[in-house]
Amino acid sequence: MIAAGGPEPVIPNFGHGSACVTGNHLFCWSWVREHWSDTLEPHLVQHAELTVIAVAIGFAIAFALALASHRVRALDQPIAIVAGLIYTIPSLVAFQILIAFSGLSNTTVLVPLIGYSLVILYPNIVAGLRSVPPGVLEAARGMGLERRQVLWRVELPLALPAIIAGLRIAVVSTVAIATVASLVGDRGLGYPIFLAMRLPTPFKTEIYSAGALVVALALAFDLLLVATRRALVRWT
Amino acid sequence: MILLDTANAHTFLEGFRFIGDHPGFLAHKALEQLELSGAALGIGAAVALPVGVALGHLHRGSTVAIGASIVGRALPSILLIAIFLTILGIGFVNNMVALAVLATGPVLTNAYAGVDGVDRDVTDAARGMGMSRLQMLARVELPLALPLLFTGIRVAAVTVVATAPIAAIAGGGGLGDVIVNQASYRLQGVLGACYCVMALSAGVWLALLALQRFVTSEGTTRRVAGTT
Repeated sequence: MIAAGGPEPVIPNFGHGSACVTGNHLFCWSWVREHWSDTLEPHLVQHAELTVIAVAIGFAIAFALALASHRVRALDQPIAIVAGLIYTIPSLVAFQILIAFSGLSNTTVLVPLIGYSLVILYPNIVAGLRSVPPGVLEAARGMGLERRQVLWRVELPLALPAIIAGLRIAVVSTVAIATVASLVGDRGLGYPIFLAMRLPTPFKTEIYSAGALVVALALAFDLLLVATRRALVRWT
Repeated sequence: MILLDTANAHTFLEGFRFIGDHPGFLAHKALEQLELSGAALGIGAAVALPVGVALGHLHRGSTVAIGASIVGRALPSILLIAIFLTILGIGFVNNMVALAVLATGPVLTNAYAGVDGVDRDVTDAARGMGMSRLQMLARVELPLALPLLFTGIRVAAVTVVATAPIAAIAGGGGLGDVIVNQASYRLQGVLGACYCVMALSAGVWLALLALQRFVTSEGTTRRVAGTT
């Protein structure tokens, strides 16, 4: 159900604010100041939490699948096709269908987010594992390393840049897709955007400020991963 | 945000019943959605393709090309629609522009990567044969870049078709109208429309994949990394 029901105020604040707010000017700092702690900040924190949980779980599943298909090559093609098809499921549709299953819960929001991040991460992990030069593998085996040792000490460290590249895409995409989650409930920064655009006259300040926070959040996660890469990958 | 109907396994089948009961209505809505998506993809590709190809040909502006894909991923569809709603007002044009912006990212990045990635030996040989820049582009670089060009368009097409339902919030029409209006169509209508959207975007993806296999020469596909 999309239409806002119940006793929530339709416009959190439009009508009894400053002249800028009532006039719906381009951007009103007064509104941002006034509603940072009751609207923007809690939704920002929620958005960050959703993203981290979804990407962490998606990564764990993608990692296991990638290791499996690295061992058994025949698995790769079917997994890649299923993953491609999952990615074509529109986020709005996934949320709407799950709502019928699990209601307006965190599960409803997290399952699609996990699915999309998993679909982005899997090919990157596989590509990273495959990019290890054969000469390196032969040398590792020649040094007497077992299969498991080759994987953990040689292949995975060398695949790290590709894995982090995948994580960057997954995190940025998940931040973006999580805004759609607001259509199924009061979750994340999409919710203030959604409320503001449903008004008879879309409330600009709320759309722009929440939107800027979404982009800033994506950028912050991305920078964090770039820094992680710098710290971990010292050989390139 | 209160759910009117509670659901069980039976409800999911009701969704298919709804499709069976209202095939004409859903087909009409699907067509509306394809119109919006087609227009957006057309405009987005018309802007992004030449830019990407030109930058790739000149081997310049990799920051722009890569930045486009990052910005494209980071800008949420609903935010784009909301922003253009404040500028262009409710309706077809707002949604078309928002979706067109979404389409430019993958098209631009892949066009750039495709043309930029053509083997320097090949372009040197073409120049040595006395080809002009335009001839080189038309006869050597574009054919070799075709798989990636196509990948970009396919990714953009699926993104646009899959995002179009969200446009219904801003008067975009299409199957999204049904999906976001549970009050009128009940849960089975919403589910039925959801199934249609899933079939539509998966269908577009598969059709373009098949077309891509058919159009591109086998010799040129080997250098393409498999991206979804």
